Amino acid sequence: MIEVGQISGSLRKRLIITLIGGGAVLAVLIYLIVRTYATQIAQQGQDSILGASVTSILDAANLRKGDIEIDFPYASFSMLKTASDDRIFYAIYQDDKFLSGYERLAKMNPKTGTGSTFGNTIFKGANVRLASASRTLVGEGLRTELSITVAQTRDSLNGTLNRIGQNVALFGAGFFLLVIILAFWATSAAIAPLAQLTSSITRRGPHDLSPVISPVPREMAPLVFSLNKLMGRLDQSLTRSEDFIAEAAHRVRTPLATVRSYAEAMLQRVEKEENRRAMRSMIRAVDESSRAAGQLLDHAMITFRVDNLDWRTVNLSELVTDLVIRLTPIAEMRDVQIKLEAGEAIQVSADVILIQNAIRNLIDNALKYAPQESVVDIVIVANPRPEISIKDEGTGFPNEEMHILANRFERGSNSESITGSGLGLTIAQEVAEAHGGRLSLSNQVKGGACVTFSF
Amino acid sequence: MRYIFILIFSLFSPPVLGQGWEDQRLFSNGTSSQTLRILSNTDTRFFAPIIESFLATQPSLSIDYLVTGSADLYDIFRTSPAEFDVVISSAMDLQFKLANDGYALPLNDIVHPNWAQWRKSLFAFSTEPAAIVINRNAFKGILTPKSRQDLIEALRARPETFKEKIGTYDVRQSGLGYFFATQDARSSETYWRLTEVFGSLNARLYCCSGDMIDDLISGRIAVAYNVLGSYALGRTDAQSEIKVILPSNFPTTMMRSALVSRETRFPTAARAFIQHITDIQADGEKAAAFPLPPLDQTAKPLISLGPELMTYLDILKRRTFIQEWESAIIQ
Repeated sequence: MIEVGQISGSLRKRLIITLIGGGAVLAVLIYLIVRTYATQIAQQGQDSILGASVTSILDAANLRKGDIEIDFPYASFSMLKTASDDRIFYAIYQDDKFLSGYERLAKMNPKTGTGSTFGNTIFKGANVRLASASRTLVGEGLRTELSITVAQTRDSLNGTLNRIGQNVALFGAGFFLLVIILAFWATSAAIAPLAQLTSSITRRGPHDLSPVISPVPREMAPLVFSLNKLMGRLDQSLTRSEDFIAEAAHRVRTPLATVRSYAEAMLQRVEKEENRRAMRSMIRAVDESSRAAGQLLDHAMITFRVDNLDWRTVNLSELVTDLVIRLTPIAEMRDVQIKLEAGEAIQVSADVILIQNAIRNLIDNALKYAPQESVVDIVIVANPRPEISIKDEGTGFPNEEMHILANRFERGSNSESITGSGLGLTIAQEVAEAHGGRLSLSNQVKGGACVTFSF
Repeated sequence: MRYIFILIFSLFSPPVLGQGWEDQRLFSNGTSSQTLRILSNTDTRFFAPIIESFLATQPSLSIDYLVTGSADLYDIFRTSPAEFDVVISSAMDLQFKLANDGYALPLNDIVHPNWAQWRKSLFAFSTEPAAIVINRNAFKGILTPKSRQDLIEALRARPETFKEKIGTYDVRQSGLGYFFATQDARSSETYWRLTEVFGSLNARLYCCSGDMIDDLISGRIAVAYNVLGSYALGRTDAQSEIKVILPSNFPTTMMRSALVSRETRFPTAARAFIQHITDIQADGEKAAAFPLPPLDQTAKPLISLGPELMTYLDILKRRTFIQEWESAIIQ
């Protein structure tokens, strides 16, 4: 189980929410601005028609014998026709005297000659827009001020505004939808380098502590820099501990060899059976320690080499034959015969030292577990892939532990009487994996273990 | 179904007492609970069949049909809008002003062409031209005029024959007459020349179409100008004496219209009545069974329902127009 660490919020969510929130605010702003603007324009339209109507009435006015006569054209009112059948009202005043139209319609007292003034009011229960203008008429000994107000309900205007409002709302909603899509797109684009870095680190092998060198965006550089520094320190400390183990094992081995030779000499000299037994178990213990130290050294060496494989073309048959010759004395001491079946030369590309080490460990294991007067079979095949199988006639692997035996320092439950560190299979497995192959353990039908090292 | 048509003289309707209606008739089957009061300037004989067909579908209603002149109608209704439920008039301008001034109840679900209604509160339901009606005897031996121009020439050619033999509306009294006159004047200068000729022949002035047609049939006048063609044609008893001429150059056409009073006591019944009239009148085939001319759906009306109808109702404009008219016709 890998620790994930505490999760607080999500960058993606935060980005999306910020972008969408911003989009929503913008959409509402656009709606309000366009609506306000449209209202102004529509109002200007109504105002200009009302103004024209007022002007046409004013222009038709003249004084005849001191009386005001206004023969205003049909168009003064027909121009006020709208699709919504708006109601119209008007009032004509001479100075402050009501002449004609709707008497209670508000009079706005426009200034003479300054064009029309506009306003809103409520008349006969309806909201109306008013336009007023006035004109000075001069006759014989008479100077009088004529003012006209024309009002119109706002149904058509409101209809137009509602239509515009709906369209603008639709437009705003469309804009907002676009923002949502863009927000998702922008967020994934922004998050992508982070995902790339994560996957490139996840895909690394278990021993790869090299720094990240692929280019990353500027904002991520400090993170990658810190990560590289951390990995550098980790690599250094790993190397140092491996070095330390190797050094320690080396230092222990030499004195152990001295102790063993003294113990053997002593064994020749003591005669009492219980003393001899003590000496023998002492020698055994020393052997075990020395062997463990050797394997620790091997393992440290392998760990180092696995990261820097020295690829060469190797003749597998030759290599194994060589090993068998070297191990024959040990086998003879135990009355075990090694049988090698190697066909023609099999060429593989591999690190020679590692392969030697791994195979030696495997043969060593087989010799250890093989009963006296038995045969250890070594078979090398080339097809379908290069494979070396080592079979003994011992008790085989305990079935329920087969999957954990290759772990470090793990030993089978049936191996208590046999010296060993539990590193042999680990070494072989790490080497196999470093070469892109695998180590498989099985039991033969007729009894005895079978270990297959494949490339 | 049998209806009892009773002419009631002010017995059940005290407010009407002093009005002096031109005509009043109560349509009822005797069991009705609601009485719809219709104020109209249209002769009862034109509306009776429509009202009867309406009551056939609404047995719980009765209708009090009150007739008066268009100008009176306008004044009466403005003074007491709560007294009446439906207002029907041929004076488009006055009807429009009532609707514009907020006396009409908007009826949102009436199905009717858009050009024939205003603000869903004023509904036009007939298309009727103003006609020149002549007494055939007076024109024996002369070509019957086809246009206003022809008429002017015919009158000028024989002033002695037509002296005091011309009838037209007194535009000061008749709302419809004023409406026709102003629309004529707006369309062509010919109107003023014609009016001057009328004035030189001491034309008789009438308040209403009915009297004018009566005098025309009796031979008291030879020409009636701007009479509703439908009224003249409605006098089927006298078609051998009179002839209806639609001026070929610019016929003045009005649309009769109806509205429901904002203060009606029976909005549902009033609404149903309006829907009934418009259903019949907008459908040529249905309308053929009734005496009122249908709403002409083929041609866009020359005088449409719009705020411009209020132009000649302006006091100043009216004063100027009447002055001109008087100076032309009273000589």
